[in-house]
Amino acid sequence: MSFAEKLYLPAITQGMTITLKHFFKKSATIKYPEQKRELAKIYRGQHVLKRDEIGAERCTACGLCAVACPAEAITMDAAERKKGEERLYREEKYAATYEINMLRCIFCGLCEEACPKEAIFLTDRIVPVDTDRKRMVYGKDKLVEPIDDRVDVSQRQSLEMELFKQNKFHYHNQTADDKLINKKNENH
Amino acid sequence: MEIFLLYKLILVIIVFAIALGIAAYSTYAERKIAAFMQDRVGPDRAGPFGLMQPLADGLKMFMKEEIIPAMSNKFLFILGPCLAMLTACMTGVVIPWGGSLTIAGHEFPLQIADINIAILYVFAVVSFGVYGIMIGGWASNNKYSLMGALRASSQMISYELAMGLALVALIMTTGSLSLGDIVKQQSGLWNIFLQPLGFLIFLICAFAELNRAPFDLPECETELVGGYHTEYSSMKLGFYLFAEYINIFISSAFIASLYFGGYNLPFQQHIPLDGNWLTIVQVIFFFGKVFFFIFFFMWIRWTLPRFRYDQLMNLGWKVLLPLAIANILITGLVMMRSELFHFFNQLF
Repeated sequence: MSFAEKLYLPAITQGMTITLKHFFKKSATIKYPEQKRELAKIYRGQHVLKRDEIGAERCTACGLCAVACPAEAITMDAAERKKGEERLYREEKYAATYEINMLRCIFCGLCEEACPKEAIFLTDRIVPVDTDRKRMVYGKDKLVEPIDDRVDVSQRQSLEMELFKQNKFHYHNQTADDKLINKKNENH
Repeated sequence: MEIFLLYKLILVIIVFAIALGIAAYSTYAERKIAAFMQDRVGPDRAGPFGLMQPLADGLKMFMKEEIIPAMSNKFLFILGPCLAMLTACMTGVVIPWGGSLTIAGHEFPLQIADINIAILYVFAVVSFGVYGIMIGGWASNNKYSLMGALRASSQMISYELAMGLALVALIMTTGSLSLGDIVKQQSGLWNIFLQPLGFLIFLICAFAELNRAPFDLPECETELVGGYHTEYSSMKLGFYLFAEYINIFISSAFIASLYFGGYNLPFQQHIPLDGNWLTIVQVIFFFGKVFFFIFFFMWIRWTLPRFRYDQLMNLGWKVLLPLAIANILITGLVMMRSELFHFFNQLF
């Protein structure tokens, strides 16, 4: 070390100027309950299981999301749709239970990409904290969107997807009501 | 005589109250300054800008459960923080806070006791402060507390030597041990310009004496749990911490009055003020200096990392002590320059 370095005082004054500069800087803190951080439009937060236009669950329990999930957070049990449940579940098979372990989930969005039925989406909602691990396994009661309180996921959908979903020509996009009408037309 | 006593009593109470108030708000200032230097917000929940935070902290301290270890020496255990607090409060009496006020023909100097050995008195009281820490560490009956206390006391004793020698050089130039005199002499030129090296040594030693970062070895959480106050809880711990902040305030006042002209304003002769108004301005200015040094103490704390123990001892004994002695020699040579010049002239 040179003599000036051995004195340490130049280095100390240098350090002090740095801390003093920070003294006058604006703090980066966001005071959470009052202020909320502005999230990106495509922020990946808590999942939602979407319903279709008439309120039937879109999920057919195909399990592709569970396969795609790198954290293995998704589990489900499939069940067969009974007669008269057409307005509840969109296809013949549906998810009797559908659980996402929010402690395992890494919010990567691969489930959303894997889903062929446009059923699962990540939303801009933040998963609330809890003190119980069991309560962090979210079932259908927390994941399926309420009929009267739909979750807007239009930001996460591409324009092509939006247009594709409106095309009733595909069987995949027909609601229970559409199918009923089609059936009547065929019988005539 | 009665007026004199009454006046001194009032002044003592005022100085005591101010010291307590400033110490309380130093804790708030410390947290705020730390936060700003780290780009954070700091306490802002209690009251506007978190200004009620010291009150909340104090209330919390009083409300907490008080634990005295079963095998401790109870008398000494309680005496420790009391001594720390007592010595912290005692040193304030010799500081001249301003000139003198003239009220109804009586002259009231704003200094509690202008004793002619003020600096010796301060050193005596400050060295007593070590007992507060040492007794606290000993009485806890905990080896980590004892080791923390040992560290603290050896550190304070080591640095007191260099501090004393730095002051010797200052006393050589001022020719007085009275703080009142030393401050009065600085109405023109401040001592910092006469004794820059002495000031630096004194400042570093003041940091070490206060057990403050970067010399806060008695409190190194990672090595000694909590240092000498590991076993302390509630307000007894509060007293130790509070004493530290009072000490910061008092030593800032000392640095200001020893080296930075005390209550003197720069270019005082040219200021068209006199009498009581001048005194009031002086007091405000003095407190400005004191606040700057309190800020300075915190500024250093949040800039420099803590010393290792051997580095601390090396700095104290091998650097500061020789430097202080060299400073005395240089001061002596400069003061004797005309005599020396004369002597060498005669020699050759």
